[in-house]
Amino acid sequence: MAHFDFEKPIQELEDQLKKVREVADKGKIDVTASIKELEEKIITTKRELYSNLNGWQRVQISRHPDRPYTLDYVENCFENFVEMHGDRNVKDDKAMVGGFASINGKTVMVIGHQKGRNTKQRQYRNFGMPNPEGYRKALRLMKLAEKLNKPIITFIDTPGASPGLEAEERGQGEAIAKNLLEMSVLKVPVICIIIGEGASGGALGIGVGDKVMMMENTWYSVISPESCSSILWRSWEHKEKAADALKLTANDMLKNKLIDGIIQEPLGGAHENPTEAYQIMKQEIDKMLAELCAKKSDELITSRIEKFSAMGAFTE
Amino acid sequence: MSWFKRVKEGITTSTSDKKSVPDGLWHKCSRCKKATLSSDHAVNKYVCMHCNYHDKIGSREYFEVIFDEGTCKELYSNIKPTDPLEFKDTKAYKDRLAETIKKTGMEDALRVGVGNVDGLPLVIACMDFGFIGGSMGSVVGEKIARAIDYGRENRIPVMIISKSGGARMMEAAFSLMQMAKTSAKLALLGQAGVPYISLLTDPTTGGVTASFAMLGDINIAEPEALIGFAGPRVIRETIGKDLPKGFQSSEFLLEHGFVDIIVPRTELKQKLSTLLHLWAEKPMAV
Ligand SMILES: [Zn+2]
Repeated sequence: MAHFDFEKPIQELEDQLKKVREVADKGKIDVTASIKELEEKIITTKRELYSNLNGWQRVQISRHPDRPYTLDYVENCFENFVEMHGDRNVKDDKAMVGGFASINGKTVMVIGHQKGRNTKQRQYRNFGMPNPEGYRKALRLMKLAEKLNKPIITFIDTPGASPGLEAEERGQGEAIAKNLLEMSVLKVPVICIIIGEGASGGALGIGVGDKVMMMENTWYSVISPESCSSILWRSWEHKEKAADALKLTANDMLKNKLIDGIIQEPLGGAHENPTEAYQIMKQEIDKMLAELCAKKSDELITSRIEKFSAMGAFTE
Repeated sequence: MSWFKRVKEGITTSTSDKKSVPDGLWHKCSRCKKATLSSDHAVNKYVCMHCNYHDKIGSREYFEVIFDEGTCKELYSNIKPTDPLEFKDTKAYKDRLAETIKKTGMEDALRVGVGNVDGLPLVIACMDFGFIGGSMGSVVGEKIARAIDYGRENRIPVMIISKSGGARMMEAAFSLMQMAKTSAKLALLGQAGVPYISLLTDPTTGGVTASFAMLGDINIAEPEALIGFAGPRVIRETIGKDLPKGFQSSEFLLEHGFVDIIVPRTELKQKLSTLLHLWAEKPMAV
């Protein structure tokens, strides 16, 4: 498993543990006590380390190549997924997936950004950066869910909407804008969960919901720390400073009332124990669905719009 | 979000500078470099008489160009920016704000006015590029939201004039959420059956394009404006080659179906008047 620089203290302890175990295997000395002590130390070190990560460290974890992606959650938290394709206009966008599925016997529409794991898959998924047809596919599925009165769950994980000639020709701005407008008045419950990267309009384009949640090790902001650094500091070197300045962590976003809650991750991040991450995710979704499905649709719309209208900081 | 370079251009041609120029002085076109009498330039709605270049003007000038004389009332001018994240890059946002307010005489990058166009009322929220690149932060979002509510409650058509590099980075996710906020308000305006006009001017990019600017019941663009989601530099770097001529121009957007009509600023008021009269089913004054 790949380790980040800031995980060095853990790696050192794990190396020590490995050595002690080797001694144990030779069977000459009883090292049960030191093994137990080291194991406990690893856990407390991890707890301390992962609860005090800074912005840039969270960004790194959010991009870990072994982190579960949308289709991993779909496969492990839902049943009977029927994937649907295309925006009925131009083509099928592979960076945006969606379809009907059930969770605890309840039918929902699941939609999300999709990244790939190897070079070929990453290209196939356009690095999780949708084109306009991706946002239009998402909207088509959301309107269908509204028609059939099924709740919507979106998984957000994108480094941004795709920048390119075709994206501009086909109206990337219009596609995202339309989703923001339409999502704000959807008559069914909408749950949006940031599972990795939440970069700017590309994330928000499927991010207007009754519950907007961030997993513990994700980020959400108006720009990536790298791009922010290159524009404001005119160099790529200041990404760590930019990550801090942007206040892009789940804790900061909750404190600023820009999200509704945080979904805990297994110790060390979702990639360290995906099974546990799926369990937590499923429980959280169940809980939110139960709460939101009890509300009338005009109540949902009114409080959704009021929530977003209250976002902002100014004096008067 | 390439407002940085553009801010500088914006400041050199800022509206307050122009105001302080006494009548009789010459205006030099920033594109063709030819000179026009400043007073003639204003009469021609700040459009170069030699090359048709549309000067980057501010909200004061747009209100003057569009509203009937003496009818414009400014709304929500008491809403002022703060520094919610204590943001600091090479300069503290707080200092940047203070300097910009002092330099421009504005409180933020947008003004709201309600007034008449040939006798029919219109609410206008107009961005000011001279204020941190016309970037959208909390104040811009809040004033737009209130302008839309004002139009909905009083059943007056709403127009937003976009001129912006996108969301304001120094307010980070607060800025991002203004996209959702303004779009949600437009959804309510639409449900109430009150028309919304989006005027796209040079430049309109980023989060502004991906929210209210592209949501007009009618999208009007000024000629030769840069309009796009991703900035040209970002796209060039991504695709690794030069962009085709005219890419992301008003004319390009018209051709691809995202703009209804391109209207030169000299004809803007007349066109708006026609639309407002058509919608109100009132005869045009001759
Ligand atoms: Zn000229």
